[in-house]
Amino acid sequence: MVTDRSKLGFYLLISPLLLWLVTLIILPHIGLFAVSMSEKVGVREYETGFGNYAVFFNEPLYWRTFARTALMSISTTVLTLLLGFPIAYYIAKLTRGRTKTTLFLMCLIPFWVSELVRTFGWMILLRETGILSNFLQYIGILAEPVEFLYNDAAIMVGLVYTSILFMIVPLVTTLDSLDDSLIEAGYDLGGSGFSILREIVIPHAMPGIVSGCIVVFMLSLGNYLTPILLGGKDSLWFTGLIYTQFITRFNWELGSAFGFLLLGLSSAVVFLGLKLSRQSLSNTMGR
Amino acid sequence: MKLGLIATSALIAALSTTAVSAETLRLLTWGGYAPEDVIAIFEKETGHTVEVTTSNNEEMIAKLRATNGGGFDLAQPSQDRITSAQEEFGIYKPIDMSRVDAAQFIPSMLAATATNTTFEGEVFGLPHVWGTSGLIVNTAKAAQVTDYVDLCDDSVAGNVSYRLKRPTLIGFAFSMGLDPFAAYSDVDAYQGVLDQVEAKLTECKPNVKTYWDGGDEIQNLLRSGEVVAAMAWDTGGWQLNADNPDITFVAPKAGALGWIDTFVLPSRGRADDAAYDWINFVMRPEIASMITNTAGNFTAAVGGDAEVSADLKARYQGSFDQAAIDNIKWYPPVPAGLETLEGATLDRINAAK
Amino acid sequence: MPFTADLVCRDLTKEFKGFRAVDHVSFDVPQGSFFSILGPSGCGKTTLLRMIAGFQFPTSGDLLIKGKSMIDVGPNKRPVSMVFQHLALFPMMDIGKNIGFGLRQRGVPAAEIKQRVGRVLERVGLPGIENRQVSQLSGGQKQRVAIARCMVLEPDVLLLDEPLGALDLKLREHMKIELKALQAEFNTTFVYITHDQSEALVMSDNIAVMNKGKFDQIGTAKELYYEPANAFVAGFVGDANRFEGKVTAINDRLVTIVTDGGITRQAQAAAELPIVGQRALAFVRPEAIQLSKTAYDSATHPNASAQIVDSVLFNGANSVVLLRDPQSGETLHAGLPQTGDFLGLGKGETIHTNWHATQARCFVAEGH
Repeated sequence: MVTDRSKLGFYLLISPLLLWLVTLIILPHIGLFAVSMSEKVGVREYETGFGNYAVFFNEPLYWRTFARTALMSISTTVLTLLLGFPIAYYIAKLTRGRTKTTLFLMCLIPFWVSELVRTFGWMILLRETGILSNFLQYIGILAEPVEFLYNDAAIMVGLVYTSILFMIVPLVTTLDSLDDSLIEAGYDLGGSGFSILREIVIPHAMPGIVSGCIVVFMLSLGNYLTPILLGGKDSLWFTGLIYTQFITRFNWELGSAFGFLLLGLSSAVVFLGLKLSRQSLSNTMGR
Repeated sequence: MKLGLIATSALIAALSTTAVSAETLRLLTWGGYAPEDVIAIFEKETGHTVEVTTSNNEEMIAKLRATNGGGFDLAQPSQDRITSAQEEFGIYKPIDMSRVDAAQFIPSMLAATATNTTFEGEVFGLPHVWGTSGLIVNTAKAAQVTDYVDLCDDSVAGNVSYRLKRPTLIGFAFSMGLDPFAAYSDVDAYQGVLDQVEAKLTECKPNVKTYWDGGDEIQNLLRSGEVVAAMAWDTGGWQLNADNPDITFVAPKAGALGWIDTFVLPSRGRADDAAYDWINFVMRPEIASMITNTAGNFTAAVGGDAEVSADLKARYQGSFDQAAIDNIKWYPPVPAGLETLEGATLDRINAAK
Repeated sequence: MPFTADLVCRDLTKEFKGFRAVDHVSFDVPQGSFFSILGPSGCGKTTLLRMIAGFQFPTSGDLLIKGKSMIDVGPNKRPVSMVFQHLALFPMMDIGKNIGFGLRQRGVPAAEIKQRVGRVLERVGLPGIENRQVSQLSGGQKQRVAIARCMVLEPDVLLLDEPLGALDLKLREHMKIELKALQAEFNTTFVYITHDQSEALVMSDNIAVMNKGKFDQIGTAKELYYEPANAFVAGFVGDANRFEGKVTAINDRLVTIVTDGGITRQAQAAAELPIVGQRALAFVRPEAIQLSKTAYDSATHPNASAQIVDSVLFNGANSVVLLRDPQSGETLHAGLPQTGDFLGLGKGETIHTNWHATQARCFVAEGH
């Protein structure tokens, strides 16, 4: 009787989650998978098969685009980590009370406006007639206007800017939980700043580093606006390919296959990253 | 008592008849084609309400495909993109010509559109707004640009922009002395044309500052002087000309590319009455003029240019002499399947370094 | 051979914004001794310890270890090691790595590290636990590992920051003895800070009592207990009954005071001799109070009085009886010997108390 009741409670509690999983995640993916498995052979004629997946591997353009997207996302992740770690360390360990809150809020401020506005902000800064170019001419470093926009570096700047908060938050959380006396003990036992960072701070922050990296990598990989707007003519990005297949080519079959490939390949990259850093997903995301 | 009951039922009946005749028109169109003031007059006159969604050719088709032709009651894709989409996805329904006031349309355009949008013996499109793609040139800095291929000239290196879309492929093909429209019916021949254009555009890539995407973006680039010559829509050039007399639209030597945006009925549209009412309403000469004044392009309405501003007319005439008008290359319907070939070509150009 | 102390502090001072945490503190700690700094929380003892460890820089004064000034030496270069309040064992490393950390920083070869780690673990009585994780150890084992981690570096001075605070009472009692034994085993100078007087009294060779940034007294446990230098030490070290009143007579060093409740008490002046009319404090240890069922002769026993039992706090050999003076209402607590006579003592009974004036200490009240 009691167990029946508690079972009912359990199912009631879990039903919203199940509903969400099934209707918003599992069903659309089944539909997408079914579409990706139908090959177009003629007008309104389709066959079932893996042809759309084969296209990805047979056409160098597509897998190169994926490789490029993945590599740039990894670089973005590394750059974000290198930039975010000192900021997070400063916020978590060297500030207290109001300063801490203020700094944290300052990291949040860019996220009060939409991604589009943020990206346009960078365009205003970096374009040929933009603020940076004009400023460098004004102080005499440049003789004539220079275009900083429309290249891979601009894409990276935009991606790092967009995702750095998602690196800082988990890092601040894990670094906050690092007892200051562990760092002091490290110094007390003769450790240098570097060896303490390597042997104490980083191992402690590893779950935060890994979860931050996963989020930033996925965000960069799945970003669409930033690469398109800041990258200009060299803005090839895998999500852009998917968009093109769906919207301008009316090729939903290939688009769906690309979507699944993105899911599979990005999961593979994350899995590889976890293996290399010897972390488990439950360890990093479960906190 | 009885009287009251009768009165009430009469009132209800009266209310329900107006409710039946007043519909909500869900319009899928381009920016500028349904100005606020035009909608206000229409709603007052007919009692219908209008919900506008602005979009572009590809998104219109994608949206209608996603719902199997539902969600909208009237759409406005270009006339060359109708039959292939109908063949592939069956997202439109035929036009009932008996409900259209054909006398309001310029007969030659109505006939041409009907020919181009006929699929399996039925007409699917009516002409609305027409315009061209060509060159917008800053004549003070790049007067030498008179044709599409001139965008690849060294003298304008790094200050050029065009879209990475099919009109660019077509324009460059004409400019290179090819005839892509003649090759439409022959897939191999068309692939040959595409290959040559791909080589040219790949070679031209270092000249390009960026591929533009939206009308505002290219106007911004031209206005700031970062771009001095671009392939773009005529209206953009005329709008810039109003601010800076040096910048204007130039009809390329190889010919401007002429497009006609149409009215089509999505296959599962629910408010056909309102749709026909809207078509007959906006083709009135005075309403057509209002639309021309906001969209910047002329319409297929008889007498639709009567009340168009003199400035716009002057800019139009400045860009198009009679020879240029005769030289406009009007898009024929795209056969199904060619877009896939074009897509692959565009992807390769985009990926080229 | 001239005597050099392992640790010497000279006028060490630390000021924070408008607040002096450590105020001209000077002391020597001889080699191999167990030195405790005892004081209430907020007295500045932690700041002092952190200055010795190198985590804080003194505002003025000097600090010498084995005769060398440490003022410009970073915490990672000082020949001192610290056992932190919560031990600060590295949870990301196993026990062997924890203890080997300091040796690795010095570039000691791996084989030698292994050997030295094994040896120090044996000395603290935990051989062969190198591969265990920190979380697998009990509180007492962690304590010993923390000490081993410091001792493997053979520091000149080991600093201990209230390391027993987190342990339960039973373990704390046990660790007191063990710490003392470990200190003897390693023969290293220990500097131990605590607010718990029993820890300090049991383990230390010398104790400094710290109050408001200053050392009030440095001495052995016995000296502090029996010869407190001032009222604060008398009140803080050990248990004591405290009386405050006005000095009415002075006979040699014997001071007579009348408390605010109107009771006359006699006590021996400890340091400064008060003058008649001044306010003074008197302290008497509970175990110095004699109990009797019969009245004392007040002519020969000036501190004798009759008291009413408020309650009996039974704690074996440390049992205490709380008493109240029927006239003044002043309370008194006295050791209750568990020897027959007073076994049946109950609340409300009257009992007679007395102590020798020489066992009570009198100090001039501060600010009078």
